[in-house]
Amino acid sequence: MPRIQFGRRYIRLKWPIQMRIDVKNLTVTAILAGAILVLALYGLMAGTMQLSLKDLWQVFSGEAAKMTSTIVINWRLPRIIAAVVFGAGLAVSGAVFQSLTRNPLGSPDIVGFTSGSYTGALIVILISKSASFLGIAAGALIGGFTTAILIYLLAFRKGTQGFRLIIVGIAVSTILSSLNSMLLLRSKAEVALTAAAWGVGSLNGISWDQATPAMLIVVVLLIFAAVMNRPLREMELGGDAAKSHGIRIEPTQLVLILIAVVLTAAPTAVMGPVSFVALAAPQIVFRLTKSAQSFAPAAAMGALLLLGADIVAQRIISGTILPVGVVTLSLGGCYLVWVLFRQARSAM
Amino acid sequence: MNTITANIERKKTLQAESRLSAENVTIKYDERVISSNLSVKIPDGSFTVIVGPNACGKSTLLRTLSKLLKPSAGQVVLDGKGITTYKSKEVARILGLLPQSSTAPDGITVANLVAHGRYPYQSFIKQWSDEDEAAVQSAMELTDTLEISHRYVDELSGGQRQRVWVAMVLAQQTPILLLDEPTTYLDIAHQIELLELFKDLNLQGRTIIAVLHDLNHAARYANHIIAMKNGQMIAQGDPREIVTEQIVEEVFGLKCKVIDDPVSHTPLVVPLGKVR
Repeated sequence: MPRIQFGRRYIRLKWPIQMRIDVKNLTVTAILAGAILVLALYGLMAGTMQLSLKDLWQVFSGEAAKMTSTIVINWRLPRIIAAVVFGAGLAVSGAVFQSLTRNPLGSPDIVGFTSGSYTGALIVILISKSASFLGIAAGALIGGFTTAILIYLLAFRKGTQGFRLIIVGIAVSTILSSLNSMLLLRSKAEVALTAAAWGVGSLNGISWDQATPAMLIVVVLLIFAAVMNRPLREMELGGDAAKSHGIRIEPTQLVLILIAVVLTAAPTAVMGPVSFVALAAPQIVFRLTKSAQSFAPAAAMGALLLLGADIVAQRIISGTILPVGVVTLSLGGCYLVWVLFRQARSAM
Repeated sequence: MNTITANIERKKTLQAESRLSAENVTIKYDERVISSNLSVKIPDGSFTVIVGPNACGKSTLLRTLSKLLKPSAGQVVLDGKGITTYKSKEVARILGLLPQSSTAPDGITVANLVAHGRYPYQSFIKQWSDEDEAAVQSAMELTDTLEISHRYVDELSGGQRQRVWVAMVLAQQTPILLLDEPTTYLDIAHQIELLELFKDLNLQGRTIIAVLHDLNHAARYANHIIAMKNGQMIAQGDPREIVTEQIVEEVFGLKCKVIDDPVSHTPLVVPLGKVR
């Protein structure tokens, strides 16, 4: 039997999973993974205390001085791992939403989940007048979830309409943003300062204790997302075709939304709102691979973007460490203009 | 082109048995009753075409038969059991549907779109097997889409695209095919090409249920016609008994002459229109 010409190259895998692996996706993922590794090494070496590869080797084999060890293992490493894991989580969250809404603007930072997280965090900061990490994280989680439920109830009447979700999401996002401004204006200066600082997402001073629970959640949900990828791609055919292939639309959609919301909410609870990664990573990867069928390259792109943005944030102004959110926000602004420009042009 | 790939258990014993039927179904759409207490039996092995004026409930009936709509009363019966008692993937291995509108995912090639038809047979552990490959190959052979299998779906013409969607349903290898207005938006040559393909598939043993707008196509290709009006079945049976001047006028409110199609010797509807 002649082989089918799929128009793309595949590697057939027989074990442990019978599947076809898209060569282009695999290559792009591998290249991105290589870049992540290089950036991660750079991130571990560079800083106020410059280290060599040899120093790093000594740290990981336990021969380095205590101070060097502390800097690498307790300060630099959690920051890098968090950037990689959270970047991947945000990107996959964006990929799921963009597929469900079938729109490149359907991403959690656009449709208001991050604004909701900020509202939750703000309320905790203002009420408790302190900024305990756990309290803020819990507030952000609850805020994000409440917003997600609100948008779901408002937008998902009689099946999904991607466009409706985006419009409702943007409306909710705008309302929450003005609510956030109001809360900030009515609070005392020092409290407002803490709150505003949280509002531009940052990995500054992140520790293992703070990052580990959220990272575990993200890793577990990335596995769930991988399992749910095939039903998601079926739903891209439209409701009727998906149903006739045996997909139960409503529960599948609900599970996917839940996965995507947690993949955004968990990193946001720790870092604060970081925009652009969820929005752009899946789209940039689509330009590279010409296919949006797999999460792996998108996850790798998200990890690379957040890690890269965080390193830029630490280095761009010498002596000052910017929050990573500032860098992603500026990148995101440019990206958004470009997307809108492209859409407007193709509509004409 | 004579490979039989569906799970066909028996050759057609014409019109004797029925695997798919609707029993006293009431179908509502947005609280509006489309059909009430409607019963329809699809003869096994038939090429059944549902005809009727716009908004008569023919697509709604097809959607109900294919489990897309849940009747508010009554039930759809598949192989002797209520269709809701099956797992959704089990139904998808018996009933294939060509919906009125589908969307192709961004940047998907023809063969990859056809491969989506294999979903009911796959799982996370078994995402792509030799059977899947063989089914996709045979579906593309039947629909004559092998030559374009590597191309992107967005760059195809309307006729090619519809054949690709048909290939996707065929890859599902179901003994029953439901087609919702499969020839709409196609030019006459592509319409006939597609109907000939469905007829071939029917002759190979698949049961075909289609909603068609064109009465003459229905009369020519179907061997069982269901005529509907206002959500109710007005008549059903062989095209020669159904496509008559009286029934066409009763169902469509159209005065016409029915003559013998010189090619296929099936009824041919010629509308009277105004005499000028």
